[in-house]
Amino acid sequence: MTAPARPRPEDAPVLQAVDLRKHFPVRGFRSNAVVHAVDDVNLELHRGRVVALVGESGSGKSTIARLLAQLMPATSGRILLHGEDATARRRRDFRAYVRRVQMIFQDPFGSLNPVHTVRYTLTRSIRIHQGALRGQQLEDALTSLLERVQLTPVERYVDKFPHELSGGQRQRVAIARALAADPEVLLADEPISMLDVSIRLGILNLLRDLRDRLHIAILYITHDIASARYFADRTMVMYAGRIVEQGDSESVTQDPKHPYTQLLVASAPDPDDLDARARGAHGEAPSLVRPPSGCRFNPRCPFANDLCRAEVPPLLPVGEGREAACWGYADRPDRPTLGSVVEEFGDRPAVDAGLLEQATGTGSEVAS
Amino acid sequence: MSAATTTYEDFAAAPPAREPVLEIRNLSVEYGYDESPTRVLRDVSLTLHRGEVLGLAGESGCGKSTLAYAATRLLPPPGLITGGEVLFHDRDGGTRDILRLSDRDLRASRWQDLAIVFQGAMNSLNPVYRVGKQLVDAIQAHLPGVGKKEAYERAEHLLELVGISPDRVRSYPHQLSGGMRQRVMIAMALALEPQVLIMDEPTTALDVVMQRQIVEQIAELRERLGFSVVFITHDVSLLIEIADRIAIMYAGEIVEDANALDVYRRPRHPYANGLLHSFPPLRGERRELGGIPGSPPDLGRLPSGCPFRARCEFAFDACATVRPRLTPPAVPGDDPRRRVACLRHDPEAVAAAGFDPVPVPPELAVR
Repeated sequence: MTAPARPRPEDAPVLQAVDLRKHFPVRGFRSNAVVHAVDDVNLELHRGRVVALVGESGSGKSTIARLLAQLMPATSGRILLHGEDATARRRRDFRAYVRRVQMIFQDPFGSLNPVHTVRYTLTRSIRIHQGALRGQQLEDALTSLLERVQLTPVERYVDKFPHELSGGQRQRVAIARALAADPEVLLADEPISMLDVSIRLGILNLLRDLRDRLHIAILYITHDIASARYFADRTMVMYAGRIVEQGDSESVTQDPKHPYTQLLVASAPDPDDLDARARGAHGEAPSLVRPPSGCRFNPRCPFANDLCRAEVPPLLPVGEGREAACWGYADRPDRPTLGSVVEEFGDRPAVDAGLLEQATGTGSEVAS
Repeated sequence: MSAATTTYEDFAAAPPAREPVLEIRNLSVEYGYDESPTRVLRDVSLTLHRGEVLGLAGESGCGKSTLAYAATRLLPPPGLITGGEVLFHDRDGGTRDILRLSDRDLRASRWQDLAIVFQGAMNSLNPVYRVGKQLVDAIQAHLPGVGKKEAYERAEHLLELVGISPDRVRSYPHQLSGGMRQRVMIAMALALEPQVLIMDEPTTALDVVMQRQIVEQIAELRERLGFSVVFITHDVSLLIEIADRIAIMYAGEIVEDANALDVYRRPRHPYANGLLHSFPPLRGERRELGGIPGSPPDLGRLPSGCPFRARCEFAFDACATVRPRLTPPAVPGDDPRRRVACLRHDPEAVAAAGFDPVPVPPELAVR
């Protein structure tokens, strides 16, 4: 094997986030509080690979997409494109950046202008990103875009308005618009969650096909960990603005290490495994204005100890290519002892009979 | 284990004489008052039994929410109920048709007999009143004899029942998280101890951990209070877990109605089968999934025959002209109570229309 002079493009990350942080100021009289939306996130996107970012609503995953698309400035941290700082300070820089990093939004009903046809939406994107194509050339570019997102026969869709298309078709138009720039990175922010269940997989399969044929790096943001397993090569789990676990999708979903990931996997409906469900979990995500000190999951974690409440756990290695931000995997004497989340939360909490009586004015005689 | 979960075993162990509590018969709903209204529900019949959790699944626009709203007469214009009846069987044996109740009786019956938890809890609570006040309002409107103090006490207990600290009665909706607001809605729905609880996508806006907490809470309360639940969602895997029976809707009709585990392990309708293969599994081998090709039909321009035939891999010539009806599946050994609307399972209708019947494909005859 001949050693290349510079690292092979296959290995080097296309887009990289280093210690990304975003704090939103809280509006109010003499308030200098901030919402800690994203803290210390490191992320790498590689060519022809899909990284899934999984987390509940409010965990900061969409903020990361917007930061990476440079739709808003980061509080601190850097965004590197091919290893070079890509923070766009001028309009021209931003245009050049956007040509390489495109975004698909969650809502295909809101992201397409309802007064323009598919032809207008796509030709505009082609003209902006590929220069002044005209006549037949423009027509060819349009046809190849629609074919790429499998909206064929092209004549049937090209002069339609968004309201004449179904949700799945609209999302395909939105993907085609992103592809018009011939991007290296696609940021897909919940691209299927607004679509009908029967057509979701069609969109995921299309994105996967684009990854394989065009070698695009894809960041797939979702709250559905099962779809991350289906679609993504790597999965990163976020909780309250921090990455709590990352690794290849199969091991993260099959053998989760962080207690939060374990809870997430055990909470998802799974008809094949009714017994191992976390029926008795309680609590909810913390306020990000005053996040808990230490590990942000500690108020809900059944294994938390004093160390978890005092110090923020770093991402610790828990296997090949895998990391989890949990003190339970640290090499320290005061670390917490981890157990099974399913065992801790296995039983559904019983309702207090006396309470039931007082609340409804009846006794428990109706219960059989 | 079986005491803590609502599973197939519980259902199978239930007494065979199942008493209906809500019977929907041939309900039809149209949208639009002009000459060509859109028929969103076509002769839908569905029975909810006492103490049962009935899941109603389907894609958006298939009419599942319309069914729930029509059955409770909450359908906003331009929705119009054009036929059918909704019979409510009271605990003491009385039967009344909700569609024909006077406004006064309907008002009394709502919340008391039949309560609804709406999809967006954020929009269902009034943002300018404290949640306690809204709970007390509901209690006092239906039970005029209850004093303010007592009503507040009950509101506190109700909140505690759904896992919210009682001092939250003084909170405004915006001070609560999405999951807590949804719990307040459930507490409100349970305030008058209804016999039927209709839940329209109660967990769709929540993340899985919160969804799990709320679903478990509903299951526990149902076991204790003995009400029946109609649970509407597009998440079939959630339904398989929590429902006793599942009705799958497509284009304004019920296409399959069966025991929850039967739907999962032995789907008989091609749409039900496709829907089950639209969810990537969390466990087991990673396999290629395709979803269902095409998209749901426009209810205003519904094709003749079977509405699913354009997307169906098992369609044959008769599907273009004969409209399928709900019949027991043509698979020997199936639960005789289950129903499916597919011509593959109905050779008689196919023969009557002059076509040659086609046997059930092995995919839809899994034992």
